[in-house]
Amino acid sequence: MTTATPTRAPSRLSPRLTAATTSRVLRQLRHDHRTIAMMLVLPSLLLGLLHLLWADLPSAPGQPGTFDRVGLAMLGVFPFVVMFLVTSIAMLRERTSGTLERLLTTPLSRLDLLLGYGLAFGLAAGLQAVVTVTVATTLYDLDVAGSVWLVVLVAVADAALGVALGLLASAFARSEFQAVQFMPVIVLPQFFLCGLLVPREQMAGWLQAISDVLPLTYAVEALQEVGRSPEATGRMWAGVGIVAGAALLALALAAATLRRRTS
Amino acid sequence: MDAAVTVTDLVVDRGHRRVLDGLSCTVPPGQVTGLLGPSGSGKSTLLRAVVGVQVVRSGEVTVLGEPAGSPALRSRVGYVTQAPSVYADLTVRENARYFAALYGRGAKEADAALAAVGLAGAAGQLVENLSGGQRGRASLACALVGGPEVLVLDEPTVGLDPVLRVELWARFHALAAGGATLLVSSHVMDEAARCDRLLLLRDGALLADATPAEVRAEAGTDDLEDAFLRLIRAREEVAA
Repeated sequence: MTTATPTRAPSRLSPRLTAATTSRVLRQLRHDHRTIAMMLVLPSLLLGLLHLLWADLPSAPGQPGTFDRVGLAMLGVFPFVVMFLVTSIAMLRERTSGTLERLLTTPLSRLDLLLGYGLAFGLAAGLQAVVTVTVATTLYDLDVAGSVWLVVLVAVADAALGVALGLLASAFARSEFQAVQFMPVIVLPQFFLCGLLVPREQMAGWLQAISDVLPLTYAVEALQEVGRSPEATGRMWAGVGIVAGAALLALALAAATLRRRTS
Repeated sequence: MDAAVTVTDLVVDRGHRRVLDGLSCTVPPGQVTGLLGPSGSGKSTLLRAVVGVQVVRSGEVTVLGEPAGSPALRSRVGYVTQAPSVYADLTVRENARYFAALYGRGAKEADAALAAVGLAGAAGQLVENLSGGQRGRASLACALVGGPEVLVLDEPTVGLDPVLRVELWARFHALAAGGATLLVSSHVMDEAARCDRLLLLRDGALLADATPAEVRAEAGTDDLEDAFLRLIRAREEVAA
């Protein structure tokens, strides 16, 4: 009965299974036309609203306009928020539909599954960032000194962070109601303290200390570097590195909290 | 020949309830073993323990000589959950191909698995547009596609029309004839007669572990439903 079939240790990462999962998630997206449309168009529309809001306000002499400062940073915030939400709902659906339980009985490792999601939504975020940056720089005259591809890079790193934190948060959500409420819990404090609302050097010391350990801070900082300097700066790369590192850390934590056996 | 699945003194609690209370049984290889019992008797929990996704309090479950759920088993054991667990927003074919890829198989095996459950004609349809019975079969195809040595099926024939049910049971026996071990749960007694061997479960304990013929002989009736009832009563009299 126990005919010899090649067996492998699925606890290890398999690029083939990760790729199969990425392709599956992208296929799911492809069948959902409205979600694709919203993902691609909504950030541009919201950015347009911000553009109109500040269009006629004068800015301090020698300082970048408010829209140039905030609008650029929002290019990093959108993919973070959207991908966080999309991922936590997608993962909750895997749980409630029984597909997660089934996947865990197959050779797919937990890290394959999580990375598969990360890559799929990271790609979607890249596309979203290209559309939004193009619209922002052409239609809204957003001023970016550096390369727009660096903006896209930071946006993708932010999306990866959103995906990873979404996967992690979904491990603690037992229902859809809980899952959506993790969004304000995880996203808003990072947004408040990232230096957009109040410059970080003007914050109370302890708030600044919190801001120092929140990854979105570094994403916004990296984007502001791209906005200021024509060349990629060390500060910018450090920011991207910190965001990517935080995403990997959250992904590892998510893999650790994903239980194969449940009660 | 060694048993394909060996369960020893298995105890499982869910919440504050003891679902399986020191259960021991074996599943012979190359046969269709039916796991019969009313809803809530612990069938799904036992199947979940066999595929290694159930937290168990104590006891041992061994599949093909390895601890249940161990990495080496994951390409050798197929599992179909009670509720169809396929992606509703993918087509039938896309589902089959994804699971084929996970088991290291290709498009050819995916198409063969769909044909085997009679879904070749619906391969291009989104799962969310299928009937309940079709969804169940799509879910089954996603387990067949890996060519598992042990196939664990939780109520695979619920909601199917009688013709299809007969066809699926013929398919199960063909798989067993090919050397696969099948463990199939059901709460419908007329399916018990189709199994090579029966495990009768009630309130988390095993009432019988025998062939259908042995169950009939022990209870002294040809009707398996009736036989099950008599076994329960006999057990209760012993307890009282």
